[in-house]
Amino acid sequence: MEYEAVIGLETHCQLKTKSKMFCGCANEFGAEPNTNVCPVCLGMPGVLPVPNERALQLTALTGYLLNCEVPSFAKFDRKNYFYPDVCKDYQITQYDFPSTTTGHVDFEFGDGLERVRITRAHLEEDVGKNNHFEQHSGVDFNRAGVPLLEIVSEPDLRSADMAYDYLNALKDILIYGGISDCDMEKGMVRCDVNISVRPKGTEELGVKVEIKNMNTFSGVRRAINYEVPRQIETLESGGTLVQETRRWNDVAGITETMRTKEHAHDYRYFPEPDLMPLRPDEAWLAAVRSQVVELPLVRKQRFVIDYGIPAQDADVFVGNVPLGGFFEQAVKGAANPKAIANWVINNLQARLTETGSTVDDLKFEPSAIVELVAIIDAGTISSTGGQEVFAELFEDGGSPAAIVEAKGLAQVSDSGELEQWCREAIDANPGPADDFRNGKENAINFLKGQVMKASRGKANPQVVGETLAKLLKG
Amino acid sequence: MLHELTLSALTAKLAAGEVSAREAMLACLDRIDAVDGQVNAFMSLDRDDALGQAEAADAALANGSTHAAQPLLGVPVSLKDLFCAKGQPANCSSKILGDFRSPYDGTVVRKLRDAGAVLFGRVNMDEFAMGSSTENSAFGRSHNPWDLERVPGGSSGGCAASVAAQECFASIGTDTGGSIRQPAALCGCVGLKPTYGRVSRYGVGAVASSLDQVGPLARDVRDSATLLGAMAGHDPRDSTSVPTEVPDYAAGLGGDLKGIKLGLPREYLIDGIDPEVRAAFDAAVKQCEALGAEIHEVSMPHTEYGVATYYIVATAEASANLARFDGIRYGERVDGDDPFSLYCNTRGRGFGEEVKRRIILGTYVLSSGYYDAYYLRAQKVRTLIKRDFEQAFETVDALITPTVPAPAFKAGEKMDDPLQMYLSDIFTISCNLAGTCGISLPCGFTSDPKLPIGLQLLGKPFGESELLQIAHAYEQATPWHTERAAL
Repeated sequence: MEYEAVIGLETHCQLKTKSKMFCGCANEFGAEPNTNVCPVCLGMPGVLPVPNERALQLTALTGYLLNCEVPSFAKFDRKNYFYPDVCKDYQITQYDFPSTTTGHVDFEFGDGLERVRITRAHLEEDVGKNNHFEQHSGVDFNRAGVPLLEIVSEPDLRSADMAYDYLNALKDILIYGGISDCDMEKGMVRCDVNISVRPKGTEELGVKVEIKNMNTFSGVRRAINYEVPRQIETLESGGTLVQETRRWNDVAGITETMRTKEHAHDYRYFPEPDLMPLRPDEAWLAAVRSQVVELPLVRKQRFVIDYGIPAQDADVFVGNVPLGGFFEQAVKGAANPKAIANWVINNLQARLTETGSTVDDLKFEPSAIVELVAIIDAGTISSTGGQEVFAELFEDGGSPAAIVEAKGLAQVSDSGELEQWCREAIDANPGPADDFRNGKENAINFLKGQVMKASRGKANPQVVGETLAKLLKG
Repeated sequence: MLHELTLSALTAKLAAGEVSAREAMLACLDRIDAVDGQVNAFMSLDRDDALGQAEAADAALANGSTHAAQPLLGVPVSLKDLFCAKGQPANCSSKILGDFRSPYDGTVVRKLRDAGAVLFGRVNMDEFAMGSSTENSAFGRSHNPWDLERVPGGSSGGCAASVAAQECFASIGTDTGGSIRQPAALCGCVGLKPTYGRVSRYGVGAVASSLDQVGPLARDVRDSATLLGAMAGHDPRDSTSVPTEVPDYAAGLGGDLKGIKLGLPREYLIDGIDPEVRAAFDAAVKQCEALGAEIHEVSMPHTEYGVATYYIVATAEASANLARFDGIRYGERVDGDDPFSLYCNTRGRGFGEEVKRRIILGTYVLSSGYYDAYYLRAQKVRTLIKRDFEQAFETVDALITPTVPAPAFKAGEKMDDPLQMYLSDIFTISCNLAGTCGISLPCGFTSDPKLPIGLQLLGKPFGESELLQIAHAYEQATPWHTERAAL
């Protein structure tokens, strides 16, 4: 029997806010333990949470970026469980009325596009971090109370690779929207993976296994690649699967039982009485919607279609938004978008990287690139000359035409001077000249090079070729 | 004697320079030395800090500060043991907090300080405000100044006892199901429970977050009005506090009851009310009528579900609020081999019986499979109870009821019967569920022994001004508030 995997992901990501979710402490990674803390995020007696407005905005914004509904009523709930890193021994989260529901993410997978439906993206507070030492344990509460978005997908994923590509697409969207820095090294993104298998072609879901607390995307991919065959083998050998929570042992490369259904927590959710329900009004939602940015995939498709540039060039402009913006300004009304893309990617991007500067620092307007491409295309300067013009442009600004003029870079197409250089080249190199006459067409390139050298690059190569051929065949 | 004065009489003398804040504070300390061995209202007392604050108040007075700007300047006020004041304990009368000292000032504490109050001493309460007698305090019960054999009520029993014993000029308590009004009634003082959202809860040890409200216990209605004015108002640190204007409560006092409509809820006048309480109450109603009030019988059909609803909502919220006392970050810790046994040992040792009972009850009603039948249903009934009040307030300005069905009971009498204890709050609980305001003030005494009887007035949401005016008109026409316990 052939089986298929049914996979859903719960992705937790830390929101990019200045302060924590319910207090004024800094949302900052890497500080000395328990320095970004206050009575509120330590769960002292008598403290109360006050929601972070920016976190609420970023949550709604995520909703729009993931094509979700953003309901006009949402609320916070308490999720009760005892653990040393949970300062109040309950976590404030959203249970039955989350801030966003029912969306989807489109992403490239293999040769095509895939869509994963999003069940919800809800807001909660992060917990602290337990550290274990030889004789004792400690808890660092710097992370406690950092706003955390939990993005729950429908079980629409079918393979480890698909899950991996979905996660990367999701990450790109979140970074793009300014929602989260998604820095995996700093633990800003963590995943729970829900996996079951079923005979291919059937609809009913199999027994679900949850793998908790994955903190790398490659780990997710490996864990799925281990877990799916494990489940299939169990079923094929006549065994049964139990609903359970497992953990990924990265060293051994296997998943291991953490707890079974009988030992599942009863979180005793109930509405958080310290916080009023959220009732975002139209004006507030409109202000959030005004922050919506174009999604990476949409941008890529638009660049390919509108400007006729190759997908890999479009990828560069998706990955580097300011550079893409510069390109878009330049390309408007230009005759040769591909050439402009080449200049922006190959030359401009390289120089920016070398000098550690940004497009905002540039001393020239995007139209200068258009002008540069136009004078190259018109044959006024060679592409080598173009390099020289660009270098000057980048260094000191100005207009390409003025630079060509000032540096005397205009190509020589005047037949008198050109013919003279060509005759000298033929006379000085009788060997290649004979080769050409005897039918070795490539031999002309050597002669061409000599002419270019003599002209110090100013000769128009096309006219040189034509003149040489005429003289040799003459 | 200085310690016998009302708050307003004291501030008049302070303003006139007849007495100093230091003298007022010393009078309270002397009184505490004299009587608190019998009353046991004070759990802890920082004398140097208290005198330091009093001296600062004297300096402010000398520099021209006035009671118009700081209505409590130089007034010694005690605090229930659950308010967070920087550097001071906030034990909630529980062992579990150990040597905890608050690292911050709560909003009420800050506002009272801003108003010039000398905040001193932590007074007794039922552990985590769970009880009606202070018998659930981990540090021993307080005694009713009118009869030391009897309880002062609870949970703010230490507040009421300290005011009635004249150990302070006022005390600040909290009311979750009657915890200010019931002890005020039992000790013969005035206890005000403001509308939910009127006073910030930031810095108040949380018991039942959707029911808790801070309020004053004082000698008369005017003092209560002054104290409420100093504490009320929106607080950006408490999302449930309401941004409505704070009127000058004290300035509004002095009217009569002409044209005031008082509602007599049929369901409150049940069998089982102590005959002397009933007689005093009936006389109070007549008195109000004589002062010009119209009395209307009203119906609050869901009253009988109040206690049951309360013990689901309150315990559910408390079970979560008290989870933080786990021995990890602060307070008492009893070690274990792993976190789970550390929790069990710490909480098993740290909490008293009633607290454990309510945590278990609250955990149960929130459990998977029971949530809909208990918590969700209770929330629905709560809405119905709230509607009872809304409907009643369509026809009347306030409700008039006894505060408690009986006068102070003897210590130990109800300790074996939690349900009987819970019924002590039968008339006060609905007000918290509805989130509206209420006040208890003296309306007479039983004959033998002489024990105070409380009259309860329940007002419209954010209608504290009108409620205080009605209470004040009644109070000024009767002698009860001038009586003092003979200690």
